[in-house]
Amino acid sequence: MISIEDVSFHYPGTTQDVLDNVTLSINDGEFVAIMGENGAGKTTLVKMLNGLLMPAKGRVLIDSSATGNKSVAQLSRDVGLIFQNPDHQLFAETVSEELSFSLRNFGFPEDVIQRRVTSILESLDLRKYSNTSPFILSGGERKRVALAATLVWNPKHIIMDEPTIGQDYLQKDRLRNFIVQLISQGKTIIIVTHDVEFVAECNPRVVLLSKGRILADGPATRILTRSDLVTKASLVRPQITELMQRLNEKGAPADIVEPYAARDFLTPKLHAAADAQTSTR
Amino acid sequence: MDSPIHRLDPRAKFILTLGFFTTTLMFTNIFALLTIFLMQTPLVILAKTWSRWIRSMRGGLLMGIFIFAMNYIFGTSLALAIAFTLRFFTIMSAFSLFFMTTSADDLGLALEQAHIPYVISFTFTTAVRLVPTMAVDAQTVVDAQRSRGLELDKGNFMKRVRNYIPILIPLIISAIRRSVELAEALEARAFGASKHRTTIVTLRMKPADHLVTIFTFLGLFVATYVYFYVTLPSLVIPIQIPRLF
Repeated sequence: MISIEDVSFHYPGTTQDVLDNVTLSINDGEFVAIMGENGAGKTTLVKMLNGLLMPAKGRVLIDSSATGNKSVAQLSRDVGLIFQNPDHQLFAETVSEELSFSLRNFGFPEDVIQRRVTSILESLDLRKYSNTSPFILSGGERKRVALAATLVWNPKHIIMDEPTIGQDYLQKDRLRNFIVQLISQGKTIIIVTHDVEFVAECNPRVVLLSKGRILADGPATRILTRSDLVTKASLVRPQITELMQRLNEKGAPADIVEPYAARDFLTPKLHAAADAQTSTR
Repeated sequence: MDSPIHRLDPRAKFILTLGFFTTTLMFTNIFALLTIFLMQTPLVILAKTWSRWIRSMRGGLLMGIFIFAMNYIFGTSLALAIAFTLRFFTIMSAFSLFFMTTSADDLGLALEQAHIPYVISFTFTTAVRLVPTMAVDAQTVVDAQRSRGLELDKGNFMKRVRNYIPILIPLIISAIRRSVELAEALEARAFGASKHRTTIVTLRMKPADHLVTIFTFLGLFVATYVYFYVTLPSLVIPIQIPRLF
């Protein structure tokens, strides 16, 4: 379990609080999307979870142990943080070597390293690139290598900073399925994102952050459907929500964010309407 | 930031900096070097960059220690080792003062008006401007690799040096990627389309700038005189350097 207790933070040399009395707790196996405007403090907040940043006030507990008592390497064993830009971390000659880097840092034996690298290459559809230089891959592929480079050591809690940037729709869909799979394995997933449509499709718990404070916290169906809240966090409602809310007076539920839920609601209605039209002709 | 030093013409400031640089290289006498170093202090105070100057000096500390140690171990006298270290800090101080009080734009203008091709002056100012961006990048890379279990200060000396490979490669690659993107963006905006660029702002030397230039040449003249005709007191340090080689 991750608990953030009354945390405030400001960067050295500044007085402006980037985080202002933030309290948040995330259970094991939960899927949370942290959303908010640029500079709201989202990345700062997640950097606290593996000890890259320490709170100026308050404390962060990972599985009941305060982050102040452990090194970044020790914390990272349980908290995998995947950075936004893969170019900030890829350095090895081949994708396989890139993936084994962290395993070597954590002191895994060589046979385990081989096994894990092979298995993660397989599950992220990267096997054909195992001996390729990560630098010649496309942006989306490099992003997947960075994701694999963290998932390979099997951390309990996984944090992704802007995972959908530069990904085409098919890759986003794969990422979503992959997240679902990870959750079914009991992993905690935290994503930091601006991508409202992606969040709507995943329908996780949403934490809205604005100016370093928590503006709202709850299921996506309750947060992303409120235009006052999303506007405050410089976001817009998902397109499907907007459509359903416009159809609200015709009986459509106003708290739908998932396109699949909308499809299930609309399809029988449209069929019925079409049938009615044919029968009146 | 604004101060009389900031307002000086970049060319006058550059001449002053070169003046400090030349005189520093003329002497190996500790007293002469100390005088040149102390002459910069009022300028640093006048420029209101005291804290940044201290920080920049602190940044050079490791290099200073290295220079001292190398000259102490392989050199001929302790006084000379001190002199070379002092020389390093004096030159560093002069250039820090110049860069702390001159904006990249002013620098570019000065270079252009000195008839240096625009491609070269642009390259130079862009390099100066990208330093803070690179510093932010470096921090992000360090954070990303630490999140993958890298412990920079772990292991013996060789291991620690090797620990920097995962930091340096992404940094160099992203710098190259950025420069390629920048080059493409520049070309897309017709960089270098006209051979003769004109600028809205033209630098003009004011009386204060002329005064600084005159004083610099005067200083150079005095230094040359002292170098040839004045015997400076030398520092005798009664410590024998162990002869290693």
